Amino acid sequence: MASPHFKEYITMEEKKDKKQGDETPGYKKIDILGDIYYTSFTQKFENRKPWVQPNSREIITLIPGTVKEILVKEGDRVEANQKIMVLEAMKMMNSINAPMSGSIKSVKVNVGDCLPKGTVMIEFE
Amino acid sequence: MKKREEVQLGGGEKAIEKQQAMGKMTARNRINALLDSGSFQEYDMFVQHEARDFDMAKKVLHGDGVVIGTGTISGQPVCIFAQDFTVAGGSLGLMHSRKIVKIMEHALKMKVPLIGINDSGGARIQEGVNSLAGYGEIFFRNTLSSGVIPQISVILGPCAGGAVYSPALTDFVFVVENISKMFITGPEVIKTVLGEEISMEDLGGARVHSEITGNAHFYAVNEPECFDQIKKLLSLIPANNYRKAVKSNPRPPKASYRIGEIVPDDPSLPYDVRDVVRAVTDNSDFFEIQQKWASNLVIGFGRMNGETCGFVCNQPLVLAGVLDVDSSDKAARFIRFCDAFNIPIITFVDLPGYLPGVDQEHAGVIRHGAKILYAYSEATVPKLTVILRKAYGGGYIAMGSRHLRADFVFAWPTAEVAVMGPEGAANIIFRKEIMESSNPDETRRQKVQEYKEKFANPYVAASRGYIDSVIEPEETRNILLHAIEVSVEKDVSLPRKKHGIPPF
Repeated sequence: MASPHFKEYITMEEKKDKKQGDETPGYKKIDILGDIYYTSFTQKFENRKPWVQPNSREIITLIPGTVKEILVKEGDRVEANQKIMVLEAMKMMNSINAPMSGSIKSVKVNVGDCLPKGTVMIEFE
Repeated sequence: MKKREEVQLGGGEKAIEKQQAMGKMTARNRINALLDSGSFQEYDMFVQHEARDFDMAKKVLHGDGVVIGTGTISGQPVCIFAQDFTVAGGSLGLMHSRKIVKIMEHALKMKVPLIGINDSGGARIQEGVNSLAGYGEIFFRNTLSSGVIPQISVILGPCAGGAVYSPALTDFVFVVENISKMFITGPEVIKTVLGEEISMEDLGGARVHSEITGNAHFYAVNEPECFDQIKKLLSLIPANNYRKAVKSNPRPPKASYRIGEIVPDDPSLPYDVRDVVRAVTDNSDFFEIQQKWASNLVIGFGRMNGETCGFVCNQPLVLAGVLDVDSSDKAARFIRFCDAFNIPIITFVDLPGYLPGVDQEHAGVIRHGAKILYAYSEATVPKLTVILRKAYGGGYIAMGSRHLRADFVFAWPTAEVAVMGPEGAANIIFRKEIMESSNPDETRRQKVQEYKEKFANPYVAASRGYIDSVIEPEETRNILLHAIEVSVEKDVSLPRKKHGIPPF
């Protein structure tokens, strides 16, 4: 059995337990270190996004910006730190450099695109 | 006399009509509504700007768009400024800022509360860097005054760009539905830069700052309600850090709050901790702060035999009352306010610990959670703690424990002071026995029960002196009153230092 420290602690579900349900209608269940509590949730808690492993083969925007230049195309081989695009953001022409050596699998944006934070721009093989 | 009347019209009748059409009062009307009738004395009414660029020389801006003065609220002196949106959109130029600075310096010198009514389109672009200088001078004085006099910001219109940082540096921010708008960059900039469309209300309206950002402390549906809240707050806090809040006549709590019947014995069941507060405070009055933000922790003022106390309580009704990033921040800032202004702190504890989750860890719950430890440890006002039910793990330490120098720690018989909840603890301590058992579920059940009986009570902690007494819920008010009474002359000081370095 895995130590409870390493399992996913929080389980969220509407109360189903009949007996408890009669005493505390409308409350939600929260599991903290194996103990169950009946409570209500905040909007922030309900809307929180589950964490996903970032894909290191994708180049994503860390700030919102506009694509000014794309210096590579599909199939190109690039060296680590090679400049591959220019993203204008916060009044700066930011050069985007290859984080690793490899070949370009796809270019997902065009010059002139206005991108929100977190957009995938280029994918590596 | 004629000249005075002209100035008092601010931007003129048309601009006043426009202001009223937006559902807003004028600057002088606001001041008169807030202060005791007839008590307002205005200064610098005839101040004029000296800007000459961009045709500014031709423009007459009455009072340079801000009204400053002194007056009283319930007989207590205050300093006040109110930006006048009818004059050049309340924009802040050099003379405008000098007037604000003048009244701020007066407030600090005379040790009286400062109230700032913000209603401004932002920096006066035509005055360039002078306008920026003006903001900087205001922020500097907000910082110097912090902890010396209470500073109150009232957002009654736009407050955008750099202007937001004066309210952010003050102690309490009041907002009003549909009127208050606060943001660093407005919807238009966001649209051009990011392509995201959002309304002013959704970006930085009163509700957003009361429920999502935590920037605002009090929310009202209209300006008169907002002014009543300000008066109520000022009646509960002292004029400066040398004084104590003015006492009121002692009154018992209302009989309808039966303290023994609020908290369920079963630690998994929720209740509203504010009922426990109302069961002990004078007349069952509780003036809650930041009601809708981080509501898993409740803060606010109540009176105990006439004396203002600050209450910090876990709220089992929301997220089981856990501590998290926002609630730690909320508690820490409130504790520091109480400490700065000689207000005893009463803590009601009932929490399962810190909120687990990747989002919390990555949002820096370590750094933010540390603020609450810092604030309690540093506070030298009387600190009284009552453990109502659960006090587990790091949460037990953080919530005004003996170890952070609480003066008195009481616990109800329902208190469970332990390193963690029975399920979690039994699963770790008896892991081997449970794993090797032929009936693991039954063994776990037994072990959980065993742990509950041994540790889910206040007596282990009491046997070490971490809890001073185990008390019945019905005794709580009288015991707290006694504790406050014997703490009146409390005098402890921190090691000599310029200032501490809290994990902001």
